[in-house]
Amino acid sequence: MTDTTQTPSLHLALQHEVEQFLYAQAELLDDKRWQDWIDLFTEDGIYWMPARPEHTTWDGVPSIFAEDRDLMTVRMKRVLHPDAWSQRPLWGTNHIVGNVTVQSVDEAAGVVVVRSRFHMMELRRDDARHFAGRYLHTLVLTPDGLRIRHQRVDMTNAQAAFDYVLQVWV
Amino acid sequence: MLPPSPDLSTYVEPDRVRREVYSDPAIFALEMERIHERVWIYCGHESQVPNPGDYVTLQIGRQPMVMVRTADGVRVLHNRCPHRGAMICGDHTGNTGEFFRCSYHAWTFHHDGSLKNIPMMDSGYAGTNWNRDNPDCRMKAAARVASYRGFVFASLAADGPSLEDFLGESKIAFDDMCDRAPGGEVEIVPHCFRVIQRSNWKIFLENQLDALHPSVTHQSTGRAARDVETEIEKRTGKAPLSYHMLSAFSTVTIDKWDNFRTLNYPHGHCILTGYMGLRPSDPDTLEYEAALAAAVGEARKEAILSTDIHHVLIYPGLSVQSPLQQLRVVRPLGVDRTLTEIWHFRLKGAPEPIYRRALAYYNLVNSPSTLINADDLENFWKCQQGLASDGGDWVSFHRHFGRDIERPGITETADGMGTSEAPMRNQMKAWVDFMTRAS
Repeated sequence: MTDTTQTPSLHLALQHEVEQFLYAQAELLDDKRWQDWIDLFTEDGIYWMPARPEHTTWDGVPSIFAEDRDLMTVRMKRVLHPDAWSQRPLWGTNHIVGNVTVQSVDEAAGVVVVRSRFHMMELRRDDARHFAGRYLHTLVLTPDGLRIRHQRVDMTNAQAAFDYVLQVWV
Repeated sequence: MLPPSPDLSTYVEPDRVRREVYSDPAIFALEMERIHERVWIYCGHESQVPNPGDYVTLQIGRQPMVMVRTADGVRVLHNRCPHRGAMICGDHTGNTGEFFRCSYHAWTFHHDGSLKNIPMMDSGYAGTNWNRDNPDCRMKAAARVASYRGFVFASLAADGPSLEDFLGESKIAFDDMCDRAPGGEVEIVPHCFRVIQRSNWKIFLENQLDALHPSVTHQSTGRAARDVETEIEKRTGKAPLSYHMLSAFSTVTIDKWDNFRTLNYPHGHCILTGYMGLRPSDPDTLEYEAALAAAVGEARKEAILSTDIHHVLIYPGLSVQSPLQQLRVVRPLGVDRTLTEIWHFRLKGAPEPIYRRALAYYNLVNSPSTLINADDLENFWKCQQGLASDGGDWVSFHRHFGRDIERPGITETADGMGTSEAPMRNQMKAWVDFMTRAS
């Protein structure tokens, strides 16, 4: 691991790149560009929303989401199907991502771990819902740019009863 | 609104039901009093409270309750201090220590709810009738508590059938779940998914045994899962079983659901048959079957694994999917609002992959990101909107009416009529019995 504060210009460049990446990811969700969003994940990428904050792995415990690219594709194909009845009402989201902090950099492996916070407002039919929490991204540098190997979403609301469900990723 | 003394039996006919049954707050209040706060209601599993002082809080009808482990078993108490009415346990779960202590004035209670102490009781209450001999001077206990194979129920009525008599044939939900464990027992997976439905509690129960809806409501998920399942099969030869559980919603087309059967019992309980293909011949399943055979013998193992159950509905608030060790508890919040609490259990003594297979179903179908219930809840909400309107007075349960096979203690759907609305008719028959019974 490298202390990125030792090389200020590199640090700033990486911080900028990571921030732009996270903003772009959030924009893809808000724009409902599902396949482009899925393509941000590596072939072995995992999107995980733990059921409980103390869980350290999705493997073998209940999770709200624990999806590889195949399961992401099922979810995408469901919402795009003309008879996904719950998708009929107009709905949309607005994400704000902030507090972006590079937690560690492994230059040799090309891996960056990033913490951030999100707020998301969803409007569906006439009802607004508000979700917030923390992202923990494990990003890898690839020839195509940054990609997500693992995204952990600790949503504060996850501990309360859900009024209706989550149809897509947060 | 209801007249002062409505004749509720006129709201339910053998093949149709008045819409007010789902939409009138006055009827809802009567349901809480005459059904939920009287019959046996599921509280939780004994493995949720393994040690003395362990508790979980829950709702029976409108009553906040607490299920607690004492030195000699599990008790269910009203979660209320007899002093000023403050709730005693404010969390969903925890350990209360050696006694309950009210956060308002430090009144303390033993785990069985009896009074332990009041600060300066002798001086403060001298000359009053408030003392340990006063039966009101305690956390009130549920009138009756009983458990079946580790599943704890309480009834707030002193009279009525025993738990086993009430459950009747629906006991098979717990037998089927526990018998599948080589150890003969299950234990709780310590997490509860909680999802609110904006609809009346009965709409969910009716949907659980509605064999006609899956291929319509869940077609989008079935198709999506089948597409990806096919893709994975091409790539690796074999897709995980969880894809099959989802793709079945499209591959089992609407005409095939009549091949399922429902078995309808007294008190509104019901079984939907239909097995989910949980006996593939992969090494994990074979290892599990060998472990079960070693524990109970080959013949018994065959009998257990051949049990043909998809869901068991235990009226008025529990839907059990025993082959996958999960259950959904229905807690009515209001006439148009219902909380579901969704739990998963682990088969004691079964290999880890068997747990993980069921866990995948728990995550994909029963979690708040459910690929299935998103569309169910949308339908339930729409029903609730329509039933609150004056666009019609009745709900129709006519499908295959008059063709059910009626025998003492059971109403069975006829061959090829699995989509019969017999379960709804059976539930409403029980509803009338409960609602019109002299108190």
